[in-house]
Amino acid sequence: MRILEKILGRHPHWGVHPDDHKRPAADAPLRSLPLPEVLYVPLQQHVGNPARPVVLVGERVLKGDLIAEPNGNISAPVHAPTSGWISAIGEITAPHPSGLPQLAITITADGADAWCERLPVADPFALAPEEISRRTAAAGVVGLGGATFPAAVKFNLGRRLQVGTLIVNGGECEPYLSSDDRIMRDRAAEVVDGLRIVMHAIGAREALIGIEDNKPQAIAAMRAAAAAFGNVQLRVVPARYPMGSDKQLIQTLTGKEVPADARAAEVGVLVHNVSTCAAVHRALRRGEPLVERIVTLNGGALTRPGNVLAPIGTPVVDLLRFAGVSGRPARLVLGGPMMGIVLPHARVPIVKGASGILAFDAAEARTLTAGPCIRCGSCTRACPMGLLPLEMASRIGVGDLDSAASFGLSDCISCGCCAYVCPAHIPLVQFFSHAKGELSARERSRLRNDATRRLAEDRAARLAREAREKAAASARRKAERDAAKAAAEGGSRPLSMRIADTTSEAAT
Amino acid sequence: MIPPRPAGPVAAPHATAGTNVTRVMLWVCAALLPATLFGFWLYGWPAIHLWWLTTASAIVGEALCLRLRRQPVLPSLCDASALLTGWLLALSLPPWAPWWVGVVGGLFATVIGKQVFGGLGQNLFNPAMVARVMLLISFPVPMTLWTAPLPLLSANAPGFVDGLRITFGTPPATLDAMSSATLFGYARSELSRGVDLLQSLAAAQAPTINLLGERAGSLGETASLLIAAGGLLLLGLRLISWHIPFAMLATIALFASLMHGLDPARYLSVSTHLLSGATMLGAFFIATDYVTSPNTAVGQLLFGAGVGFLTYVIRTWGGYPEGVAFAVLLMNALTPVIDRYVKPRIYGRDRRGTPLEIES
Repeated sequence: MRILEKILGRHPHWGVHPDDHKRPAADAPLRSLPLPEVLYVPLQQHVGNPARPVVLVGERVLKGDLIAEPNGNISAPVHAPTSGWISAIGEITAPHPSGLPQLAITITADGADAWCERLPVADPFALAPEEISRRTAAAGVVGLGGATFPAAVKFNLGRRLQVGTLIVNGGECEPYLSSDDRIMRDRAAEVVDGLRIVMHAIGAREALIGIEDNKPQAIAAMRAAAAAFGNVQLRVVPARYPMGSDKQLIQTLTGKEVPADARAAEVGVLVHNVSTCAAVHRALRRGEPLVERIVTLNGGALTRPGNVLAPIGTPVVDLLRFAGVSGRPARLVLGGPMMGIVLPHARVPIVKGASGILAFDAAEARTLTAGPCIRCGSCTRACPMGLLPLEMASRIGVGDLDSAASFGLSDCISCGCCAYVCPAHIPLVQFFSHAKGELSARERSRLRNDATRRLAEDRAARLAREAREKAAASARRKAERDAAKAAAEGGSRPLSMRIADTTSEAAT
Repeated sequence: MIPPRPAGPVAAPHATAGTNVTRVMLWVCAALLPATLFGFWLYGWPAIHLWWLTTASAIVGEALCLRLRRQPVLPSLCDASALLTGWLLALSLPPWAPWWVGVVGGLFATVIGKQVFGGLGQNLFNPAMVARVMLLISFPVPMTLWTAPLPLLSANAPGFVDGLRITFGTPPATLDAMSSATLFGYARSELSRGVDLLQSLAAAQAPTINLLGERAGSLGETASLLIAAGGLLLLGLRLISWHIPFAMLATIALFASLMHGLDPARYLSVSTHLLSGATMLGAFFIATDYVTSPNTAVGQLLFGAGVGFLTYVIRTWGGYPEGVAFAVLLMNALTPVIDRYVKPRIYGRDRRGTPLEIES
């Protein structure tokens, strides 16, 4: 069947090729944002438990000082992005479409931007791999491609599973975004040094850097930086969305397919983003925690689109002012247009995973009315996971979630290819997100019900046991009493009783 | 800087490929245009009148049902799917068929063939073929009365008014009944008279096929090359995939060559099967209907091969000289079954859906 698939062209004919809109923003030189007056640093900027504040309101902090420590195994610390004082610890609007409140530490900048004491490592390769993990974790480095999974946790996993190949993700397949492109052009040496440190941390033999062919300058810069290292190879991959997705990039670069219930590390590869590698370099070589990142500012409503280096916690409104807004943006998006989330307003801060802020004009934000599905199958051809979006959506539409799950809903990566190509403009991703949420809520309540039932059963069993034991004990006592009575009447008393009699006689 | 609140929830992706259903339907209509215009020229004004009557009836039927279903009429009509259904039906009718054939067929196609099932995307069977088969079974005489080509502007071609009179059932006395036979019909009746194909096709009155399509047949089915050109346009625009047309044509060709090779006196040749009747229109425009065909590549190959096989069987051994419409409907009925058993392999899983083994 695999051969048939190849002939029929199922692979790699997945995905879509949207207009990339990356230029001119990608070609504009990297700028530094003037230091904002106030920074709002959320405690949850990563996958896992939110960090726990270790500072008090009014306290002075220097840039890079720890302000919140990790909480649990999967968590990440948060550091002060500039020097100043803690003006509040409380709720702000989260950078999330719900607009729900989220805990954050507010820092009022003193303008000096003075660093704390940094502990650079001259030769990270002399350190034990465990020590690199420890320092990476302490620097608060998380996956900067958008997943924001704590990087050190992945290092440890890779080391434990003896991963041989590190894949460095320079795909950046989302349209509009160019922060990874920029970091590869401007800081290629840092990226390559960082990825070599990551290789050392996980014990990988080789590294494959995958870059889409629409970034010639990044390819040239990275090729030059990696030339000296024989075990670091650069592979140019076709520009095809979602090439930057782990599974698709692994398949394109190594031909390996990650089994549905396994992690990439289990097939011997680990994926890290180029920006994450650069952050690891800074954490080790300079002793700098992750307190700033490159953010792409793009979209039709901006007059000077481009990439800026901005401290974590910068309010989006400051970034937009810097990039010049013409009129009122019709929509603000955090991330790329294919998977990004809508921001409720511009007074939310950027976080570690914020690769871009897009300010769409009315034309870009146009939402089209959905019509009936004509079963054209465009979604099926576009799906990089080999799913049948139209079948799943039709079942979710009538509330048959279990049937949708049997079509592989759990394998959906929400890349948005299906909804992008749909001529009927059906919001397929929304269908799937709804169904996934509903199914997981159902699963949670099933687990809760199971637990409740188990507790009730245990209690019933315990009560029955106690009743049984009580009955047995009373039966035993009754038997003993009966026996004693019989002995008293018959004169043949048990030995113990006779001994008791003698001792009591002796005492008297 | 607060962007205006959108009317509904807005989720990713915030981009679209910029296509829409109307555009898809209109491109298919555009691909039909060369063969249609050729049909108009070949069969003159009666064919033009039949075409507009049929498409208008299909659109009226759709509008009526949308109204009864309390759906927005105009936006739904704008998807041009009713236009395409009526158009395809018109192309499959005898060009000089009376007005009521077009009207009944057009209404039946959208009302019974499509809207009764729930409208666009919900019908199990191809609406145009449902209507054509209903007409063929219910009114076999007007549905098998073929006209010899009488090109527009030729000496005795009917004019606009005479065309109307032909379509509306009062043909002018001056006009001879220019009835003719299709090749399939002729071959079948001769065979049933005991005349084998070698003799009957060599006879002077035998219909011939030529690549241009100047012969008796349905309004838009004779110009095989023009239809195929339209089909290639759709393939080039990636509006249809190659799987169904290829499988259907290859299967017909395979069986025709096999049987013709065995006994040329009883079985028609490959070129006859491919170039006459509804083969080309069926392969590129009818069997490829999105709604009623499977949605995976392998499923489409099976479907196309099934249509091809059934077409050959019905033409050769069945009760009707032409079998594309029946074959398409029969395979339409199998589409849900094919879709149930033929699914693409999910990344990270085998065909049965179990996760792949971990190999490192």
